[in-house]
Amino acid sequence: MSVFILRRLMQSVVVVVVMSLIVFFGVNVVGDPVDLLISPEADQAEIEATIARLGLDRPVHEQYGYFVKNALQGDLGKSFIFGEPALKLIAQRMPATLELAFVSLIMSAFVGIPLGVFAGLRPEATTSKVIMAGSILGFSLPTFWVGLMFIMVFAVMLGWLPSTGRGDTVDLFGIPVSFLTLDGLSHLFLPALNLALFKMSLVIRLARAGTREAIHQDYIKFARAKGLSSRRVVLVHLMKNIMIPVVTVLGLEFGNLIAFSVVTETVFAWPGMGKLLIDSIQLLDRPVVVAYLMMIVLIFIIINLVVDILYSVLDPRVRLKDIKA
Amino acid sequence: MSVISEQAAPAEPVPAKPESPFRRFVAAYFESRIATLALAVLAVIVFIALFAPLISPQDPYDLGEVTIMDSRLEPGEAMFSGTTAVLGTDGAGRDMLSAIFYGLRISLGVGVTSGVIALIIGMSIGLAAAYFGGRTDAVIMRIVDLQLSFPAILVALILVAILGKGIDKIIIALVVVQWAYYARTVRASALVERSKEYMEAANCLALPHARIVFRHLLPNCLPPMIVVGTLETARAIALEATLSFLGVGLPQTEPSLGLLISNGFEYMMSGKYWISFFPGVALLVTIVSINLVGDQLRDVLNPRLER
Repeated sequence: MSVFILRRLMQSVVVVVVMSLIVFFGVNVVGDPVDLLISPEADQAEIEATIARLGLDRPVHEQYGYFVKNALQGDLGKSFIFGEPALKLIAQRMPATLELAFVSLIMSAFVGIPLGVFAGLRPEATTSKVIMAGSILGFSLPTFWVGLMFIMVFAVMLGWLPSTGRGDTVDLFGIPVSFLTLDGLSHLFLPALNLALFKMSLVIRLARAGTREAIHQDYIKFARAKGLSSRRVVLVHLMKNIMIPVVTVLGLEFGNLIAFSVVTETVFAWPGMGKLLIDSIQLLDRPVVVAYLMMIVLIFIIINLVVDILYSVLDPRVRLKDIKA
Repeated sequence: MSVISEQAAPAEPVPAKPESPFRRFVAAYFESRIATLALAVLAVIVFIALFAPLISPQDPYDLGEVTIMDSRLEPGEAMFSGTTAVLGTDGAGRDMLSAIFYGLRISLGVGVTSGVIALIIGMSIGLAAAYFGGRTDAVIMRIVDLQLSFPAILVALILVAILGKGIDKIIIALVVVQWAYYARTVRASALVERSKEYMEAANCLALPHARIVFRHLLPNCLPPMIVVGTLETARAIALEATLSFLGVGLPQTEPSLGLLISNGFEYMMSGKYWISFFPGVALLVTIVSINLVGDQLRDVLNPRLER
């Protein structure tokens, strides 16, 4: 077990190093770092000071050393626009993104699982066919366009829900959150639903496939033969068994939700990390872009590492195979 | 050749005697009505994209034809020149229908180009991994796994942030995002094929590596590649539209469907839905029809799958 975790940890470190190399070369070798990292409004003295601080007058391998040293100290440069450390800006926006992603995750589970189980129990029913057709649409519709249509229908035409921003927030342990106020919830609903649609479709398919497989298993037949109510069979016996793949995939897809929130946040002007990234790319605020990319890559590596370890705990075959290979 | 051209007509779906595998494949494809319809729609879309300048009511990027007096006309209103703007006009007075025709051209062009380049690169790398095996295989598949553990949009955003804007840069980003899917697919089927007898026979004849790979191994790995290629092209089109919508994709000089939608976004709040809505519908119909065709191809090409 510890051998497996150690191996995975080492792999993750290798990935972090590779990614830092890619980002470093992308910024410092492919692009001109003086253009990328120094504000166009800086005067000559400032430019020289920054060049010295970043070590841009040194050979490339030394420059990489500076980059790593600064990054390890949490210094990924200052934003040109806000004049604040890039990492601080991202940390400020992170709660909004995480809130959006969590609410979407919960939505896709609570809507997707019941619909999927229903479609699995009655595969021939018209409702099931409608659900499955809907899930195909959920896969193919581009997220940003669905978001636009939500705004058009619910905000512009019907005027039921607001279309931009976070609404009123309340501090929870010092972090502002939207889901505890009515106004915040109304702002949260559309973006969260928009982000959740894709995952919902995925959950529907998984739950349906799981249900269709499980209803022919002996334990379900036995539970029925025992005379349990079909409600109990479905809610307890069936649910327990189809939840394993669903929960695994939802966990894996959480990182995806954070990545895709870039799109939803831009459509709904949700003040999260993703919106900050897009704004920064457009305003050529490179330090923030670099900091965001390093940050999100790190988040992904951590998620992948945790999922891998959890997997090996749940299913020892995975780690045995890995050690043998 | 005559067999193929006869079969290309969808009007006669079931031949009396299915002889060649191609005939059987075509017959099986047209068994599904939805897939037949999707293929017809896709054919129309490709036709529009190819001949956009000939069939559009106006050239939306010719300043001599576009006048600001026509700006933001509702669908069905008559334009200054007398023609009816069937789908309305945008903020600059361009006919939306024409803009969509031209946009399809760019969207499909970018999607297909990147798909083909990624297919060639991914296929070569995947075949090499499967054919040589051992260390080459292990290293290549590690890279593939690593890349696939990040979502496509994230990889694309990293590349766009580093490379900058421009049609060539978007194509590079889409190729980098896609190649790993092709490599993984072709490797999986090549590994199965490699252990078959005809490959053993080819090896025994001491044929050169290149000949074995390209004449014997490759043709037998193609069916799954066609399926992945179709579905990946749809994904590439959607991804390009997303990036362009976010304002980090194609420049304004290459107005793809995603850019048209993005440009109409500001008018949506004032209820002028058509500037964003119709390009979105065009994008949607394109993606859904490609996906339906791809799904049917998968069902037909995969004998194990029962529907």
